[in-house]
Amino acid sequence: MFIYIARRIVYVIPIVISVALVCFLLVHITPGDPLVAVLPADASQELAAQLRVAYGFDRPLPVQFGLWLWKALHGDLGNSIATGRPVLAEVLRAVGNTVTLAIAAATIGFSFGLFFGLVAGYFRDTWIDKVATSIAIAGVSVPHYWLGMVLVIIFSVQLNWLPAVGAGPGGSGQWGWDWEHLKYLVLPAITTSVIPMGIVTRTVRALTGDILSQDFVEALRAKGLRETGVFRHVIKNAAPTALAVMGLQLGYMLGGSILIETVFSWPGSGLLLNSAIFQRDLPLLQGTILVLALFFVFLNLVVDIAQAAIDPRIKRS
Amino acid sequence: MTTMTDTALQSAPATPARGYWATVGRRLRRDKVAMGCALILLLIFVSALVAPWLGLADPYQGSMIRRLKPIGTPNYLLGTDELGRDMLARLVYGGRLSLLIGILPVILAFGIGTSLGLVAGYVGGKLNTAIMRTVDVFYAFPSVLLAIAISGALGAGITNSIVSLTVVFVPQITRVAESVTTGVRNMDFVEAARASGADAFTIMRVHMLGNVLGPIFVYATGLISVSMILAAGLSFLGLGTKPPEPEWGLMLNTLRTAIYVNPWVAALPGAMIFAVSICFNLLSDGMRSAMDIRN
Amino acid sequence: MTDILDPLDAIEKLEPIEDIGGVAQPLLKVNGLTKHFPVRGGPFAPSKTVRAVDDVSFAIAKGETLGIVGESGCGKSTTARLLMHLMPSSSGEIIFDARQVGRQLSLRELRRGMQMVFQDSYASLNPRLTIEESIAFGPKVHGMADAASRVLARELLGKVGLRPENFANRYPHEISGGQRQRVNIARALALSPRLVILDEAVSALDKSVEAQVLNLLVDLKREFGLTYLFISHDLNVVRYISDRVLVMYLGEVVEVGPVDEVWDAPAHPYTRALLAAMPSSDPDHRTQVPPITGDPPNPIDPPKGCRFHPRCPFAEPLCSGATPKLTELNPTGHQAACTMAIPGSGHSRAPAKEVQNDVDET
Repeated sequence: MFIYIARRIVYVIPIVISVALVCFLLVHITPGDPLVAVLPADASQELAAQLRVAYGFDRPLPVQFGLWLWKALHGDLGNSIATGRPVLAEVLRAVGNTVTLAIAAATIGFSFGLFFGLVAGYFRDTWIDKVATSIAIAGVSVPHYWLGMVLVIIFSVQLNWLPAVGAGPGGSGQWGWDWEHLKYLVLPAITTSVIPMGIVTRTVRALTGDILSQDFVEALRAKGLRETGVFRHVIKNAAPTALAVMGLQLGYMLGGSILIETVFSWPGSGLLLNSAIFQRDLPLLQGTILVLALFFVFLNLVVDIAQAAIDPRIKRS
Repeated sequence: MTTMTDTALQSAPATPARGYWATVGRRLRRDKVAMGCALILLLIFVSALVAPWLGLADPYQGSMIRRLKPIGTPNYLLGTDELGRDMLARLVYGGRLSLLIGILPVILAFGIGTSLGLVAGYVGGKLNTAIMRTVDVFYAFPSVLLAIAISGALGAGITNSIVSLTVVFVPQITRVAESVTTGVRNMDFVEAARASGADAFTIMRVHMLGNVLGPIFVYATGLISVSMILAAGLSFLGLGTKPPEPEWGLMLNTLRTAIYVNPWVAALPGAMIFAVSICFNLLSDGMRSAMDIRN
Repeated sequence: MTDILDPLDAIEKLEPIEDIGGVAQPLLKVNGLTKHFPVRGGPFAPSKTVRAVDDVSFAIAKGETLGIVGESGCGKSTTARLLMHLMPSSSGEIIFDARQVGRQLSLRELRRGMQMVFQDSYASLNPRLTIEESIAFGPKVHGMADAASRVLARELLGKVGLRPENFANRYPHEISGGQRQRVNIARALALSPRLVILDEAVSALDKSVEAQVLNLLVDLKREFGLTYLFISHDLNVVRYISDRVLVMYLGEVVEVGPVDEVWDAPAHPYTRALLAAMPSSDPDHRTQVPPITGDPPNPIDPPKGCRFHPRCPFAEPLCSGATPKLTELNPTGHQAACTMAIPGSGHSRAPAKEVQNDVDET
């Protein structure tokens, strides 16, 4: 087990370096001189030349990458052009809000997904199954940013129950765990939860169906085990795969929050990314993507290890 | 020779012989949900294609005096948008760009990913390692993030949006193609074909392609649903189509300000994306179960 | 073989590759065939090798059937795949009718001369091709026209007992396992091979179907003048069909000889254990004591000396020393690799001077 963990960690190192390389190159596929992004519009030729040297844009690309990576390893992702503040601090502040949203959405999406999936798999091909699979397929097919708009139309515009945008009274101020703040979380969290809900439902339904059709379940019933006992076996066998899928979904929610955060003006990493793109704030763009991708890689690593820990079949030397 | 005249051995199965794809087609035609979805998609496709001949209003022609009319207004069946343009016309014309930017990336990725996956799976060895490790790097990014990162770096525009979505889907299709190919490659009938002295190209053409294309195709059909949502999403963010083009994602964006005035008109373009996306998903599911023939 | 009337005279077929050495020349001669698989140990483990087939040598005479027996994992199937060149061998030479494969005989020619039938009748047929197309594929690869190859395929279907008008356009999933295996045999015969490797070809079939297919194989052998290499774990079947038998253990040949002689007087304790483990239908000859204990050792790290010694009831210290060579026991070609069978080897049960077989069990 220890060796498996060590091997997985070693395997992650080249991935992390490649991810950093992709983030670095992103700025360089940008049309035009990367200097344009950091240069004031009215800059003189001398200033341009000075900045070119200062940012290292005059050096060969591999050297630039090495320097950038070296600084990134020390937590220096440069400064935002728009605000002048360090990118890392900006990103981490925003990621906090995204994590809040993702956890709330995961709680909703995973509980409904697990419930629908187990029920649909257990009562396969009955009307219960049909209802649950219909909800699931709608969940994975719906354009979630549109669903967000529809929820705003119903609950904010028509019923006026919940706020439409923001993350707390009086703009994006301090977050607190009271109803005054929580009511801002309700609609974005529900909107974010539909895709993971659909995917978890479909996965768990398929797993449950497969497990129930295996011979050992027949044997369990034959020896007189009650259905609740059978169900326990189903959960035990479905857990590793279900866990892996949920881990991956949590990662997607963290990394793919830009559309929903834009709809609800939720001040997370997605909204930050949005403003970085439209203000051509390339260091911020690069830094946000790097942090989110590393988050995702790390989460996958944790999921793999957790899966190996609970699944006896993966226990390789 | 006595056993060979055994009548039991001569007896043929009762059903007439039918090719694999003929059987799949017959099973698919019996699937009411899949056929319904195919019909809806066909309707949306054809109407987008022949939009100029449908007698619709000009989708670009606005008017200040008839802005944001509600659904059901005479002459404006589905109302008008924030610039007074006819919604029905814009939704039908919008299908052209929306379907193009949603489906083309998957078609491109299907071609590229299938080739890469076939080569990686059949040749194996170092080439496989090189291709699949590169694919792994792209798997380290959530797909939405990757699409937006590339689109954001390249800048807004239809071409950039198609390129970025293609880059997102190529690794996914490559991975599926590689695993399907590896599975088929290790089957005894491929060994038997090698044992008959056939070269790699002939084996790929006669024995591999027919067995791997089906599953990859079904997977790609399922991706169209994701691609439609993402492509419209990029436009929604302002990274895809530019105004005044009718395109569902962009329409959803420009109508956002209208939700307090005429909410249901604002929601219409999203309903179109939803309809296309769910139909492709259900069609893909139908094809998957139609192809899952056990003897 | 030339005196037999050609059964496919009327229709176009591929010419079998030429007979060079005559009857005295073995059809197949294998010298020191070896396959070692490297096992990747990951970044923290040293790499190891699996010795799947280790220095295997044997010959098959023209027209005979050689059976290969042994437990699963002993290297039988790997040997078959190495002979067909479906995987590269680590070392060793294969001589097909006096021509060394890779030198005087090209791989393409070898595959005309040697064909194989696999165990899994379903997996070895392409599910997307009709039976006729599957059989016709080989001849087409070797340059036969499409129409002619289809005629040949139908003719061969008849030869394996399947009426072509009923079966030619069927797909593999539409017919039974026994019928599929007949198709696989027809597919192998379509290239007019002289040697057919049957790798557990009847093992997956029901007993009654198995018997029918075995009889078909015997008939086809006579009709086409074939030579068989018959691989199976079923000793009864091997005895029925084989002229000679070769026993493998952990990638090595431990005994080889005429089938009756090996059955009546097995010289290697492993062969004895295998034969004793055969279920008997006579209640008076029930197997009371397990003839062999333990699992076969890991081929990644095979035991030193004789590979069977950790499980051998007669093992003596010298058995873990040098590996016993395959030694001729008598003029009939009965050979064994056991210190007990080698005169003067130093084992307490070894014959002193004269060759005599040490049989002390049932």
